[in-house]
Amino acid sequence: MKVGIVSYGAYVPRYRITPEEIGKVWGTDGKAMSKGLMINCKSVPSPDEDTITIAVEAARNMMRRCDVNPRDIGALYVGSESHPYAVKPTGTIVAEAIEAAPNLTVADYEFACKAGTAAIQTCMGLVGSGMVKYGVAIGADTSQGAPGDALEFSASAGGAAFLIGSENVIATIDKTCSYTTDTPDFWRREGEMYPRHGGRFTGEPAYFKHIMSAAKQMMSCMNTTAKDYTYAVFHQPNGKFPSRVAKQLGFADPQVLPGLLAPTIGNTYSGAVPLGLSAILDEAKPGDRIFAVAYGSGAGSDAFDITVTDEMARFHREKAPTVKELNSNLKFLDYATYAKFRGKILLGGD
Amino acid sequence: MRRVAIIGVGATEFGELWDSSFRDIGIEAGLAAVADAKINADQIDALYVGNMSAGRFIEQEHIAALIADYSGLARDHIAATRVEAAGASGGLALRQGFLAVASGLHDIVVVGGAEKMLDVSDVESSIIQSAALDQEWETVLGATYPALYALIAKRHMHEYGTTREQLADVAVKNHRHGSLNPKAQFRREITRETVMGSPMVASPLRMFDCAPSSDGAAAVVLCPLDEARKFTDVPIEIIGSGQASDTLSLHHRRDICTMEATKAAAQRAFKMAGLTHKDVDVAEVHDNFTISEILAIEDLGFFAKGQGGKATEAGLTGLEGEIAVNTSGGLKARGDPIGATGLAQAVEIVTQLRGKAEKRQVKDANVGLTHNVGGTGATAVVHLFRRG
Repeated sequence: MKVGIVSYGAYVPRYRITPEEIGKVWGTDGKAMSKGLMINCKSVPSPDEDTITIAVEAARNMMRRCDVNPRDIGALYVGSESHPYAVKPTGTIVAEAIEAAPNLTVADYEFACKAGTAAIQTCMGLVGSGMVKYGVAIGADTSQGAPGDALEFSASAGGAAFLIGSENVIATIDKTCSYTTDTPDFWRREGEMYPRHGGRFTGEPAYFKHIMSAAKQMMSCMNTTAKDYTYAVFHQPNGKFPSRVAKQLGFADPQVLPGLLAPTIGNTYSGAVPLGLSAILDEAKPGDRIFAVAYGSGAGSDAFDITVTDEMARFHREKAPTVKELNSNLKFLDYATYAKFRGKILLGGD
Repeated sequence: MRRVAIIGVGATEFGELWDSSFRDIGIEAGLAAVADAKINADQIDALYVGNMSAGRFIEQEHIAALIADYSGLARDHIAATRVEAAGASGGLALRQGFLAVASGLHDIVVVGGAEKMLDVSDVESSIIQSAALDQEWETVLGATYPALYALIAKRHMHEYGTTREQLADVAVKNHRHGSLNPKAQFRREITRETVMGSPMVASPLRMFDCAPSSDGAAAVVLCPLDEARKFTDVPIEIIGSGQASDTLSLHHRRDICTMEATKAAAQRAFKMAGLTHKDVDVAEVHDNFTISEILAIEDLGFFAKGQGGKATEAGLTGLEGEIAVNTSGGLKARGDPIGATGLAQAVEIVTQLRGKAEKRQVKDANVGLTHNVGGTGATAVVHLFRRG
C-alpha cells in the first residue's frame, strides 16, 4: 500500500510588518537585520486569528480540493506551539469545522517547529496499518517573539493541512526518518508569554546539526543525492539558515526557491515546512520528487522523500487558493497596530 | 635565579566549542602541550591555570584541582593553582609558573589558561566580564568594557588625531593574520568597510572593533633552561617577565590614553632581559578592542605616543612590517577566551620563534613579546622570549 498525500490546503494571514518598522521602535538596524536574516517582511495574524482559525482555514482549503467524505477521516492532529488553550484541544474545533466529528481520534501536538510534520508521520502510521482510512495532519502557529528580541523580526503566523491516505494520492511519501536529541536551544515554560532561546546556540549545534543529520540519513537510506530531487524544502526560521543547509547538501536555487517562504512570510514555526511543501505542491508536476526536512527545537528533525503521482494531473488545485495567492493582496502594518494585533499592549486590569 | 625555557605548547581551536566542556578543553590543551614537550605525567611538579570567571560562566570553582584530576594527575598530588587577574589571568599564570621554576622550587611546570564563555547569554556574559571593572565606581553607573574603551578611543582621537579608519585598520590587519592561523576563531579577511559598516557598540567602537567572546584553552610546559635540551632541540627561553598594576578605575588615571601598567611591566621585562623594544621581532599584544592595540604598541615603546594609529595605517605592524604585531590574529581574530588569552599569546610566540608559523611566519624571528592586560589596564603582564 502506498501511503501519501491525498489533498492539502494552506492559510497565511494577509497582514505584514517589515524588519525596518520593528527596528525603528527598538533602535535596531532593521535594514541590516532584514539582510542578515533574509526576511523582507513577516505575516501577522489579525486580532480575530489564532492557531485554531488558521488550522480551520487550511483544513477547509484542503477539503475543497478533494471529494473525500469528511466522515471517512479517522484521525486529526494539529501540531503547534501556540495552541490557544493550555488545556482543551485545538483539534476538536478543527474536526467539527470540517465535519469530521465525532467518530475520529484527535490530539494536539507540540514539538516546537516540527509538530506538524510529526502529525504527518503519525497519520502515515495509522493509514499504513489500516487503523484509519484518512488522517489529517496540520501544522499551524501564531508564534511569539518578545518585544525587542531578535525573534520579533521573524516570528509570524500561518499553517497548512494535509490529508493523508492511500487512495488517489497526489504524492506518495516514499520514506520518512527522524533525528532527535535532548538539545535545549529554545523553550517556553508553562505560563510564560514569550519563548527564550540560547542565542547562537540555536544555530550550529541545534538547527544545522539536526537538519543535516536527518537529511544525510534520508539520502543514505534512499541512496540519493540532491540531483535526484526536483524540489527541496527545509525548516525556515529565517531565509539564511535553509539557504545555507541547501547549499551544503548540494541543492541549487531552482530546487529551493519555490518552497522558501521565510523572506516574505517569516518564520511560521509549525507551519513552516507544511507551508513550504504546499507552495511546492502548488506547482509540482507528476514525477517530481520532493525532499523535505523539518526542524523543531528541543530538538529534532523529520525528513521526507515524496514523489508526485499522475493523480496530480486530475487534482483540483484551483478549488482553493495557492500559497502565492495567499501571499498577495497584503496589508502592511505600523508597529503600533502590530503591537495591538499581537496583544503586546497590556491594558489596565489585564 | 635559574633560567627558564618553554619546551612544549598546545592549544584548542578557539571559537564556539559547543560540543566541549570546560574540562574537555583544559585537558585537550594541556595534553597537547605535554605531548609536544615529550614528557611523562609523573614528571610534572605543578600546574598553574589562568581563568577569569569559571564560577560565573559555568558555575565551577576549584578548577586547578579539577583540571589536574581529569588530566590523570590526581594520584600524583601535584601542586595545582588557579590564577586570576581578569583579562591578564593567563599572562599572570605564566609568570607564576616562570617564578616557580626560576626559584628552583619546581622543575617541570605546566601552565594552562582556559575559559568557557559561551554557555551563558550575551547579556550575562557582559555582566560577568564587567566584574573586572570597578563595581562601585564604574559598573554600578552602567559602564561596560566597550563603553570605557570607547572613552579611551575618543580621547586618543581628540589628542592625537587618530582616525576612525586607523582603528579599522587594526581589525583588518588582525583578521588578515587570523586567516592564516588554522586555530583562529575568525579565518576570514575583512575590509575597512566591514568594520565601519558594522553595528555600533559604543561610539566610536563598532562590532568589528571588539574581540569576540570565545571558548578555548592553551598551555605551555616550562622547565629549567639547563635541562631543556633533554626534551627539545629548540627550547624557547623566557628572558624577561614584568608585571604591574594601576588604578582599578579608568577615571583615576592621570592620562587615559596611556596604560602606565603596560609601560611599567614592559620596562621591568626589558630590564630583566637586557634588551629594548628595538630588539623585538614579533609581538602578541592585548587587542581586546582596536584602540587597545594602538595604545599597546605605543606604551610598549614600538611607536611614539600618538603615532600608533598612523603606524598601523602605514602597515608597520603587519607580517612584513617594522614589528609584526598579533600574527595569530590577536584577540580580535584568534578569539579571546579570557583566561586562555595570555597563554595563547605565548603559544604563538613560541611557534614563531621555532619557525613553525607557516604562512604567517615572521622572517628570522629571534625575540618575541607578549602583552596581556586585565580590565582597562589595572593589571599588565609582559613577557620576552628568545630562541634558546
